[in-house]
Amino acid sequence: MAADQVDVAVIGAGPAGLACATRLAQAGLSVVLLDEQEAVGGQIYRAIERSDAQRREILGPDYAAGAALAAEFARSGAAYVPNASVWQVTRERSVHYLKEGSVGSFEAKRVVLATGALERPFPIPGWTLPGVLTAGAAQILLKSAGEVPTEPPVLVGCGPLLYLLGWQYVRAGVPIRALIDTTRNEDRWRAKRHLVSALRAWPDLRKGLQLIRTLREAGVPIHEAADDLRIEGAPGEDGTERAHALSFSVRGVPQRVEANVILLHQGVVPNTQFTWSLRASHRWDDAQLCFTPQTDAWGELDVSGIFVSGDGSGIAGAQAARAQGEVTALAIAAQLGAIDQPTRDRDATAPLRKLAEARRIRPFLDSLYRPRDENRVPQDDVLVCRCEEVSAGEVRRIVALGCEGPNQAKSFGRCGMGPCQGRMCGLTVTEVIADARKVPPATVGYYRIRPPIKPLTLGELAGE
Amino acid sequence: MTSKPLFRVLAPRAPAVADATVQIWFNDQPLAVPGGRSVAAALLAAGVQRFRATPVTGAARAPYCMMGACFECLVEIDGVPSRQSCMVTVQDGMRIHSQEGARDLPFEPSHVSEENAHGR
Repeated sequence: MAADQVDVAVIGAGPAGLACATRLAQAGLSVVLLDEQEAVGGQIYRAIERSDAQRREILGPDYAAGAALAAEFARSGAAYVPNASVWQVTRERSVHYLKEGSVGSFEAKRVVLATGALERPFPIPGWTLPGVLTAGAAQILLKSAGEVPTEPPVLVGCGPLLYLLGWQYVRAGVPIRALIDTTRNEDRWRAKRHLVSALRAWPDLRKGLQLIRTLREAGVPIHEAADDLRIEGAPGEDGTERAHALSFSVRGVPQRVEANVILLHQGVVPNTQFTWSLRASHRWDDAQLCFTPQTDAWGELDVSGIFVSGDGSGIAGAQAARAQGEVTALAIAAQLGAIDQPTRDRDATAPLRKLAEARRIRPFLDSLYRPRDENRVPQDDVLVCRCEEVSAGEVRRIVALGCEGPNQAKSFGRCGMGPCQGRMCGLTVTEVIADARKVPPATVGYYRIRPPIKPLTLGELAGE
Repeated sequence: MTSKPLFRVLAPRAPAVADATVQIWFNDQPLAVPGGRSVAAALLAAGVQRFRATPVTGAARAPYCMMGACFECLVEIDGVPSRQSCMVTVQDGMRIHSQEGARDLPFEPSHVSEENAHGR
């Protein structure tokens, strides 16, 4: 990349990043969009530009809608750097990245973090076995590679993405062994409080009901109110211990289904690696059971000139992310003098209204699909840190020795010290410690995340 | 080395759309895999179930998130260890090895562990 100073760096090419970069470029600002994948779309619109009619038909209209966003970005004049892992953003807005083995860096007047969401950890016995993937992973295999499970899979957990994946498999003609749903009647009663606002988002609600109806009509066995989830392993043909069956209970009655592909999902959570590494303020969101960075209405952090847009600031979905991207772009364009404040406020009216509309259904969904305590704060023998193989019991033992937070647990027990840097265990460790100490998660806090956010060898670093 | 694949490629409606097969090596065995996808997706469709063994207990691991977050799909590609196979596009002739135990782990500044010991 030629310039060592740009107006705006946008990180992440999902709906928020694409909409934000497009709007900024249209305002005449110099924009660089960096993304880790080889093509735009983020995870929600993964491989959108390469997808053929068959794949778009299977994945549905909400996926296909991403094509227009990608096309508009391509026409916008914003610079695009694919295959770039941003490994550090400083509070002074230096952006450091790794692309095909070489490091690069530049300065930006404003930075937008549009790094989206991660699957919420789903720590149950056996979740580390080969053959166990997230529902999001299965969907990425479908979107980017046209791959589906060879044998009928089991879908486990709760939340719209799980049912959407099932719906997509039905459309692709892929048989499903069973949907094991953790949602209970008490969740439905709790969610009813939010039904009025959800009804105002009737198209979204209807879409969700349609997904589940399609699964029922396709004859997929659905087991609701499942608990005591446990994945059993068995040696495969090559001797590898891999997933073989899922056992569970429904109202005390033990059940078991065999499958070699088991797909887990209990919602997504903001990817906060950058915002933590920037020492931005975060708050614990008790409805979404995760930390979210604190921003103003335009997405600006309490780190001047750095913004968060999209699901990274709280889960609200692709439509909301796109609207947030536009709102953030308008704020930055005004700050940098590309538009005046009345223009900003006038142009922000429509995306702010869309954002409010898109958020209407969230309290209902968050309440209905609140992941069960036992699937977030697991029993002692369950691994919470997959990288360093640290169990929940080990974390509790360290707490009993006087450890008060995740960073001490990391020092004493190595949890969170592996290559994923806590992405797969951070929230679990926070909640296990909070539960053991009988204090709120906000008191316990989170891992201290430090750059490099993405792994980098000393050799690569020396190249900068 | 390989088993019945956990994932298969959907038959394309138009055969011309199919991504060409590429030849790679996995643990020194020749392997024909579908191209135009990540190394992880290619290996899964070719029947590889064990991508790496953990440094601590040697347990088998395979892709979990497919989006660069979990680091379960780490393999050695053309002599470079710790590559995230879900983030690398498969190329003809690649020599891939499963990653056995601890390898050249990512760079971590020395002050990190010290500060964590004093921090909460």
